[in-house]
Amino acid sequence: MKRRLILMLMFLLSISLLAAACGGNNNSGNTGNSGASGTEGNSSGQAEAKDDTPKKHAIIFKNAGNPYGEKMIEGFREAMAELGHEVIAKAPDQPTAEAQIQIIEELIAQKVDSIAIAANDSDALEPALKKAMDRGIKVLSLDSAVNANSRLVHVNQADPERIGRTLIQAIHEMIGGEGQIAILSATSQATNQNIWIEWMKKELENPVYANIELVKVAYGDDLRDKSVSETEGLLKSYPDLKGIIAPTTVGIAAAGKVLTDKGLKGQVQLTGLGLPSEMAEYIESGVCQWMYLWNPIDVGYLAAYAADALVKGDITGAVGETFKAGRLGEKSIVRDGEDGTQIMLGDPFRFDQSNIAEWKNVY
Amino acid sequence: MADKPMAQQAAQAVPSGGAVRRASLSVHIMRFRELGLLGFVVLLALLVQWRNPSFLTLENINDLLRNAAILSILALGMMLVIVTRGIDLSIGATLALSGMITALTVSANPGMHPMAALLLGTAIGLACGSLLGWFVARLGILPIIATLGMMNVFRGLTFTISGGKWVSAHQMPDSFTGIATGSILGINTLIFIAIVAYAVFHYFVNHTRTGRQIYAVGSNPEAAVISGIPKERLLWLVYAIMGALSGLCGVLWVAKFASAQGDTAMGYELTVIAACVLGGVSIAGGVGKVSGVLVGSLLIGMLNNALPLLNVSPFWQTAIQGGIILLAVLANVWVKRSVDRNHLLRRRI
Repeated sequence: MKRRLILMLMFLLSISLLAAACGGNNNSGNTGNSGASGTEGNSSGQAEAKDDTPKKHAIIFKNAGNPYGEKMIEGFREAMAELGHEVIAKAPDQPTAEAQIQIIEELIAQKVDSIAIAANDSDALEPALKKAMDRGIKVLSLDSAVNANSRLVHVNQADPERIGRTLIQAIHEMIGGEGQIAILSATSQATNQNIWIEWMKKELENPVYANIELVKVAYGDDLRDKSVSETEGLLKSYPDLKGIIAPTTVGIAAAGKVLTDKGLKGQVQLTGLGLPSEMAEYIESGVCQWMYLWNPIDVGYLAAYAADALVKGDITGAVGETFKAGRLGEKSIVRDGEDGTQIMLGDPFRFDQSNIAEWKNVY
Repeated sequence: MADKPMAQQAAQAVPSGGAVRRASLSVHIMRFRELGLLGFVVLLALLVQWRNPSFLTLENINDLLRNAAILSILALGMMLVIVTRGIDLSIGATLALSGMITALTVSANPGMHPMAALLLGTAIGLACGSLLGWFVARLGILPIIATLGMMNVFRGLTFTISGGKWVSAHQMPDSFTGIATGSILGINTLIFIAIVAYAVFHYFVNHTRTGRQIYAVGSNPEAAVISGIPKERLLWLVYAIMGALSGLCGVLWVAKFASAQGDTAMGYELTVIAACVLGGVSIAGGVGKVSGVLVGSLLIGMLNNALPLLNVSPFWQTAIQGGIILLAVLANVWVKRSVDRNHLLRRRI
């Protein structure tokens, strides 16, 4: 009995060690060269002074092992390498706000100069991020925003209005201007998708689209099996359906697979936002003529230049300020909602048969 | 077979008239314990059909079965595990691991025969399951703890092996994705594999010594050991079978959706357990029928298929799904209780 108990405890211990080791691997990032912190001191007092000594810039993504997030971090590193700063990249094992709060606390203790975060929750991180800002750390969010109180500025991967309107324009062109369309979204709670869908509906109010009818917004919850069932449901409930817009990576790939399997290429058009690698098969076969996504490398790249400008004091996060973002050129800060500010990356990037081959191996 | 005449005798022997009618009604019910559930499935199907006439079309039924095939295969393995008073929470992770390794192998060797891919996936699953079985049977670790731990290990391995990347449709040869779209004898391959699995399991569980011994271990472990049943070996076998089936399903899953992700089938084990419980498998062990598990999986498959067809708000969907599952369990319990009452009635005479 005793032996069994000890064995069980040993097993549990080894499991937790393993888990910790895995987590450590994923989180390690680039944390070398910590000796520099001693000479820098706390930068809060001298933030306005422009000095070119290397700074420590941190980026936190939603969860580890996400290829999209890795590309974003890659862009962040690229820009920081150009600027000559040090990067600390972190991501929790699970996409939870709690795990991110823990990482923020660690970064505050490490006295980093800026934190760029893709948030798992827009409100839950507020206390931790406020604490960071009180210590003089410049906080900005990218990809997935935190609320306006907990950041100086947000780097928006794509203008929600441009995405919504572009997708409707695309489906309008694909189906020849008339017929029923449906939207296959992620979860009914997904903030990004809901804003894009709102803009799609606004674009549809334009009399140009009088002959297009949006019949349903279905939610595939970003799960393969549910997205497939929802797509099949759409096709059966609306036999005259002409087009599907799926503004989510799992959804658009699942819809592409269903349309391929059912031999509906050409009869039901598909567009939306998707990962080039996931969609290459369907773009090359013509099931989806073209689709959009922003370039995550550029999102990270822009966030890095914004972080640098904040630390140097070139910008403070107020509307109307401008700064140079390396190869992306001049960017300006615009209003976001009632009290927030943001930097827009620009129009979504179009992937079609002409360029998918070069992008499918990128991300 | 012998049930019917005996039961009729029993019914006739009951003195009061009212009881006769009730007993004879139960006789019919008694022939199939999962009748309550089956009736519920039929009722639900009619209800959905009334709301959306495209439900009971050949195409939709084919879609439904294709989507439920993987769930129903997994539920078979889970039934055996639960019958031995265990539980396996690692199957979603095993499925993802086997699917990921197979997808990576296939994308590196596009010429690989689909059969070889299926065997590779099954072998990976078998290895995972055997390891688990060893933990549970030999080291005596509680199944829920052992499988919870291994769930994280397998899931972590999946991320490590893939480097966090997805394997996408364009990296898979047509022969591989053809596993899920092709057909054998006019039946979709996924459905065909599920049918074969059910036939094999029906024979294994009901007509082989090992199959019966698994139930013996589940209903009374001490008595089973005393009567010379190799409990440890059976426990190991049960987890190994579960692992092999998860591995097989990993390949089917990846082929079906033409995509392998690190978080494939995250949390799917709960759906599988739900299908088992719905099908009348008792968490307390020793009870569970292949036919019940089949009906349970079909009901879950039907819910997943039917809810998108009904125009219900997404906020209500999960609540409705839960409500229907609860109703089905209640209906099943009610029918079973009346069956048991009938058994007691017979015993007195």
